[in-house]
Parts: sequence; structure tokens; C-alpha cells
Amino acid sequence: MSKRHLLALFNDFDEAVAAIAELRAANIKGFNMDDLILKSPIEHPEVELVLGDKPVNVQWFTLIGACTGALLAFFLVSGAQANFFAQIKGGKPIVPLPPNFVLTYEMFILGGVFITILGFLICAALPAKRSALYSAKVSEDQIGILVKGDESAVAAFKAIFTKHKALEIQEEAGK
Amino acid sequence: MEKDIREDIAWAQINKDVLKSLESPRRLYWVILLIALAMIGVAVGSEIYQYTTGMGVSNKNNSHVWSLYIATFIFWIGMSHSGTLLSAILHLMHADWRKPIYRFAEAMTTFSLMTAGLFVMVHLGRLWQVYYVMPYPNERWVWPNFQSPLVWDMFAIATYLSSSVLFLYVGMIPDLAICRDNIHAGWRKKLYTIMSLGWEGTDRQWRNFRITYLTIACFLIPLAVSVHSIVASDFAMSNMPGWHVTSFPPYFVAGALYSGCAAIITLFIILRYVFRFEEYMTLPIMKKLVRLTFAIAMVWTYLNLIEFASVWYGHDQTAKDQLIFKATGPYAPYFWAMIFFGSILPLMLAFKRFQTHLPILFVVSILLNVGMWLERWMIISPSFAHGHYPWTWDHDQWPSLVQWGIVFGSFGWFTLLFMVFCKVFPSVSMYEVKEMVYHRTLALKHKPAVKGDY
Repeated sequence: MSKRHLLALFNDFDEAVAAIAELRAANIKGFNMDDLILKSPIEHPEVELVLGDKPVNVQWFTLIGACTGALLAFFLVSGAQANFFAQIKGGKPIVPLPPNFVLTYEMFILGGVFITILGFLICAALPAKRSALYSAKVSEDQIGILVKGDESAVAAFKAIFTKHKALEIQEEAGK
Repeated sequence: MEKDIREDIAWAQINKDVLKSLESPRRLYWVILLIALAMIGVAVGSEIYQYTTGMGVSNKNNSHVWSLYIATFIFWIGMSHSGTLLSAILHLMHADWRKPIYRFAEAMTTFSLMTAGLFVMVHLGRLWQVYYVMPYPNERWVWPNFQSPLVWDMFAIATYLSSSVLFLYVGMIPDLAICRDNIHAGWRKKLYTIMSLGWEGTDRQWRNFRITYLTIACFLIPLAVSVHSIVASDFAMSNMPGWHVTSFPPYFVAGALYSGCAAIITLFIILRYVFRFEEYMTLPIMKKLVRLTFAIAMVWTYLNLIEFASVWYGHDQTAKDQLIFKATGPYAPYFWAMIFFGSILPLMLAFKRFQTHLPILFVVSILLNVGMWLERWMIISPSFAHGHYPWTWDHDQWPSLVQWGIVFGSFGWFTLLFMVFCKVFPSVSMYEVKEMVYHRTLALKHKPAVKGDY
């Protein structure tokens, strides 16, 4: 069955939250809450709360990146120093740990930062082509609720959005 | 209590005001740009002369192997730290007032690091061998000495520069999307479209953005501290009199934050006027910034005293002689100017009447940075002029005009990069200002009508 996309724009954030809560409660046939996307001009943890708990996995990338960076640095530096195992070091260690810690630490941060960015791009699905249902108002002062559902659910969507004073409802046939 | 920003300012107006700064700044903008270009011209001319004639024209010699180039290198590295302070530390502390001003402070971080990097090359002299700075082995698999603070420097600065650029860029993505949506044609539209990566402000994007920004902020704080500690180690790990001091790393970090905060005040005043940002770069925010600068100035003064005291009461007679030489010898005027500009002048900032007096603050903030530049010079040159061995003493060395020309031009280079950035990219974070307005509106909405309602 073909799916339809609807984008409703709201001026009032409380109304948008109420609309999402009602969409969840209404249990509309042909619509899954995972197919709802909230678009907002600012970071909105309180509005996102009504969407339910959604995991963020960026920190795993951070952990992997930081550890990899640190290990790479330590083995690069220690490996380079180990080349001199045959050289007389006057009793000093071939691989001195305290000074090596500095570079290990720097690369720990570098790896962490780079891979965190990579993780962000993967987790946020960026770069991406903008969806057809997009309004520049969302980057200004309005909040958008994008839903995807069966043809049969469209009327229910519209009723809920209108009830919660949506300023505009855009519609598009999807896959 | 004074408001940092009006809570009744419309969000559309915020977009409009900031986007306007990308289109039509005041005429002063172009004047600043022209002056910056002229300054760069002086530096380029000096560098070409030095490059073609040889390093001798800089007036550096066997005693004074480091001179203004390294002093200015440290100055620019230090300048970069306040961007991190404002954007990362204050972000973690939920200090809302940073929101309208952190973006340009971050840009300042990036461009001062880029300026600092140039001094490594200028100091090197043999530009064609600049790749020697990179750590790689020679044909016999001999690597550079990884125990040297100079190699640490290269790693630390490269890490700081790349992380700062990424931090600046990631924090700008939602604003770049606003630019993309509001600018309808031309190269700017293409640039913003590419750089905004298709950002739509979805819940998924914001959720990941929030964690990413926070994570990088957490990384940047220890990184900034480590970078200047490592730069301090270039000195403290050597055996030169006046440098071999344990308190050097925190002293350098405090000095870095201090000069950076002073520079933020200067740039705040310039941007506020040039881009008509009076609504966003407000006087209450300036007041907080000035207080922060004052506090850091006092920390720096304290660490200065600690440094002098540890030399004075220590057992290193050469270091003590060197301190006396600094305060009474040929460098005395510059040494006392440093003390005046760095420790006495900031006392003015404690007075309320000066905390929002922009013309006075503009002059004072520049003088504070003059003091901080002198500090770096006073760390380097007197130690070379009056080292351990009397036969290396050279009290009369004075940097040549070539050195002064390159140092002078570096300020033009920084200004050019910074001002071009502010004209091409939003220098006030639109989405964060909106958040600030939103949270204030919410707070007002939930404020008890009668005291004691809660």
C-alpha cells in the first residue's frame, strides 16, 4: 500500500507536543510512531521526550576513537624508540613511559574528536538530501511534525493537526 | 537584575539581524579590512626580504636564537584559549550568557592558531624544509626525539587546530542551514547548501548533535590546557635561568586565558558596532565578560608573584640575577610596562562604571594584550640576553625592523581572516540565541505570581 507524507507546522510548541501525544494515544491504523519525525529550530529535549526514549550511539564512536588514537600514538612512539634497543641508553629506559604519555594523551583526544564527528554523521544520517516536505520556517520559528502513514490514516492525521492549531499542512505522496 | 538579552525578541528577527550581518556591515568593516591588508603587505614584504637575504636580517644571533617570532608565536597560541573557555567550559557550566558571543570566540581560536602556525615557519627561516617539523623517520629509520617538548608542540597544536576547526564547524551546522534557507542564489547559497549537509533540524539530528557537541567540548577543555602546558614545557624543561620553573604550565595557561578574554572584549566591541549587534552583544553580557577577565587577571598576577617568589627564594643564583636583570637592566621599561598593563591596569575592571563603558574597555582590552605580548617577550629575550655564561651575554640585541614588520603584519593577517569569516558565516549563533530566548520565556511563564507560591 502506498504511503503518504504529511508535514504540519506549528507556532506553539505546547500544541505540537499535545499533537504528538494524541497521535501516540490515538493508535491510528497504518501509522507507526517510529515514522514520526519532529523538526525544530532549536534543540528541544522536552518535546523529544514525548517521542519516547531513542538511543544515541555517538559515545560508542567516541570511546573507540579515543582508545584507537591513544593506542596508535603509544605504539608509534614506542615502536620508533624500540628501534634503538641496541643503542647504549646510559641506564635509561628504551621506551620511557612519562614522556610518551604526552603524545598518547594528545592522540587520545584527536582520535576521540575525529571519530566522534564521524559517529555524529553516521548516527544523524548526514550528509543527506533534504526531504521534499521541508519548510524554511522550521529553521526560523516553527516546529514541524512529519508523519508517514497509509492513505487511510491521512484523515486522522489532519484532524489531529487541525485540532492542535497547525498553521499549515503540507502533503506528499510517498513510497 | 539586568537581562542578558530581551526575551520578547522574535525568532524571525534573530535570523534577520544575523543574516543582515552577512550582507551589509557598516563602512568601518571595509576600513578595517583595508588596514589589515596593508599590515599584511608589511609582513609579506619583510618576510620576502628575510627569505631572500637570510635570517641575519632579523638581527637574531647566537645568543638570541629565539626572539620576537617565538614570543609572538606563544602570544597567538595563548590568544586561542579563550575561545575554548567561552564555548566549552561555559557550555558545560550552562552559562547561558556565552551563547551570543561564543561563535566569534571560537573563530578567534581557529584564526589565532593559524597565525601562530605561520611563526613556526617564519622562525624556521628555511621555508623549504618546513616538513622537518613533521614526525617521520629518515632513510635510516631514525625518528625525531619523541621526548622533546618541541615534538609534543607539533602534535598538540595540530590536534588543537583540527579539533577547534571541527568544533567550530559542527556548532555552526544548524546556522548554516538557516543561511541556506534564507539566501536564494549565488556562491553563498551553494556554500551553505554543501556545508549544512542537508540539516533539517529533525529530532534525530538534534539528539546526536547535542551529545556530539558536549563530547567535543569535554575533549577540548583538557586539550586547551595541555596545549599551553606543552608550550610552557618548551621553556620549563630547559635549563635556562628564569624558565626552569615548576609553575610555568599553569602560569602559561592563565596568561593564555587572560589575553584571549581581553581579545574577546576588543572583538566584541568591534563586531557590536560593525554588524549592528547591539541586541545580542549586550552590556550585561559585556559586564560578565569583563568580570571574568578581571578574575583571570588576578590569577595571572598571583602566578606571576609565585614565579618571582620561587626564583627569589630559590637556590639558583643565576635565575635570581636574571630576575634582577629583567627588572633593572635594559629590559626594565618593558618589564615594568608588562606589570603595569597586566596587573595594575585590570584593577580598573573591578569598578562598575568601567565594566560597560565601551570606549574605555576597547582601549583597556588592547592595552591588556600589549601587556600580555610583553610578558611573552619578557620570558624569552632577557633569558637569552643574560644566561648562564657571561660570554654569551648580549644585552644590546634589539630585534630588527624585519622582525617588527612580521609581528605587526601578523595582527593584520588575523584581522583579515577573522573579519572575512564574520562576513561569510554567522558570527552570532542564531539557534543558541533562540534557545536562550526560549528558556527565558519559559522561566518567566513559570515564575510564581506571588513570592512564596512554590
